[in-house]
Amino acid sequence: MSDRDPSDLSPHEGCPVHDWATDFDVMDEGYIKDPAPVWEELRDTCPIAHTTRWGGAWLPTKYDDVREMARAAPTLSNRSPGVIPPGPEMRDLLIAEVKEFGSELPPISADPPEHKPYKQLILPLFSPKAVEDYRAFTETLANELIDKHIASGKMDAAVDYAQQIPPRVIAYIIGIDPGRADDFTDWTRGIIELGQTDPEARMKYRRLIRDFFQKMIEERRDNPRDDAISKLMAAEVNGEKLSDYSVIGVCFLLLVAGIDTTWSSIGSALWHFGTHQDDRKRLYAEPEILPTAVEELLRYYSPVVMARRVLDPIKFGDAEMVPGEKVIMNFPAANRDPDVFDRPDEVVLDRERNRHIAFGVGIHRCAGSNLARMEMDVALRVWFERIGAFEITDSELVRWTGGQVRGVRSAPMRITAR
Amino acid sequence: MRICVDADKCEGHNRCYALAPELFEVDDLGVASALNDGHVPAGLEDKADLAIANCPEFAITIVEE
Repeated sequence: MSDRDPSDLSPHEGCPVHDWATDFDVMDEGYIKDPAPVWEELRDTCPIAHTTRWGGAWLPTKYDDVREMARAAPTLSNRSPGVIPPGPEMRDLLIAEVKEFGSELPPISADPPEHKPYKQLILPLFSPKAVEDYRAFTETLANELIDKHIASGKMDAAVDYAQQIPPRVIAYIIGIDPGRADDFTDWTRGIIELGQTDPEARMKYRRLIRDFFQKMIEERRDNPRDDAISKLMAAEVNGEKLSDYSVIGVCFLLLVAGIDTTWSSIGSALWHFGTHQDDRKRLYAEPEILPTAVEELLRYYSPVVMARRVLDPIKFGDAEMVPGEKVIMNFPAANRDPDVFDRPDEVVLDRERNRHIAFGVGIHRCAGSNLARMEMDVALRVWFERIGAFEITDSELVRWTGGQVRGVRSAPMRITAR
Repeated sequence: MRICVDADKCEGHNRCYALAPELFEVDDLGVASALNDGHVPAGLEDKADLAIANCPEFAITIVEE
């Protein structure tokens, strides 16, 4: 923390929050564990909250506001989508790089018109038909994970299962060694979890990932393969080949965005069933409701928030936003808005009318949403098929993480084979 | 019943296709369109209604005839 520019920080980071409307803290421990009561209060008193913590940000809590802001590109820009801004060293580096090479992690860090051609490059990898090609691999993987633990009668649903699936699936898709899945998980956590409050870690893991992909590009330059990296190297945007910088940026995004997001969703879902006996029994009795249940779990446990940066002054309701401020796309709170969802704070496994926006809305809709759904479907289906009974052994050991991505990081369970 | 997908509003969430593959198709970029020129076969009206109610972009509408 000592390396950060003091002007970036409010003097009271880490101090308890007394007024969520004017001083919210997305890294507050209680908020990470259960943010819904804060959103409920804010919707009634101050639906677009503000803070000076973490560089200053706005936090909408109503569905309609979040939708409107998410669609306000490029006044609300995606050039820096991290919820917590980088430290000064990285910020200076990024500014210089973007000037020379363009967007850092296209398409997520790009605005129109730069955004669209990059999004169109990656969408075919994740179409509904394309993700079906990865289903068999995912099923084998899920079964192997259960094989490994079933005899012991103990399994951490987050660490031993949820965390293991997404890095291997995305490695398989990009064309990188699934055997290094643990490294990919460490790197992703280094950027997204640890890196939020530790600028040195953020720099270190960013360099590791970029160097990894730079090396792969060099290997494939003379020997292209049938994989996503080789395809990106051969692809053109606006009539020109992508620079190495951009190929690395896209691969970096695919790797990082696909890992702890889906891992969080699978983990939160299993934690839910491990702590809610009625829903657990219901899914055993009615496995056919799984696709509807997956959407409901995505709504209730929406893991991801993204940030926008204000480029020009803009007003939403009473919120007067000034250039440089962040706006947090609070999709999880939108998904609990009682004006849109009946019984918003209950998990209703067969909720058929569910216009949730867990994957965002507008041009930055998560490109991997079909993949995430497939992985959740397989992970839960295989779990319920193989395991006959399960429950959380010690709720004291359950851990949640938050900030950019909220999810269960540890959920030890007792399991019995079906 | 006749439905229509506004391709300018569709962002490729593919909820409609997941709920009612009998009524929608999606291209490689995820953009949805209604099959059969939007005419909903008898018996599938409830599915069409669900697709409309679940689209995060409000891109599907009923065509008044």
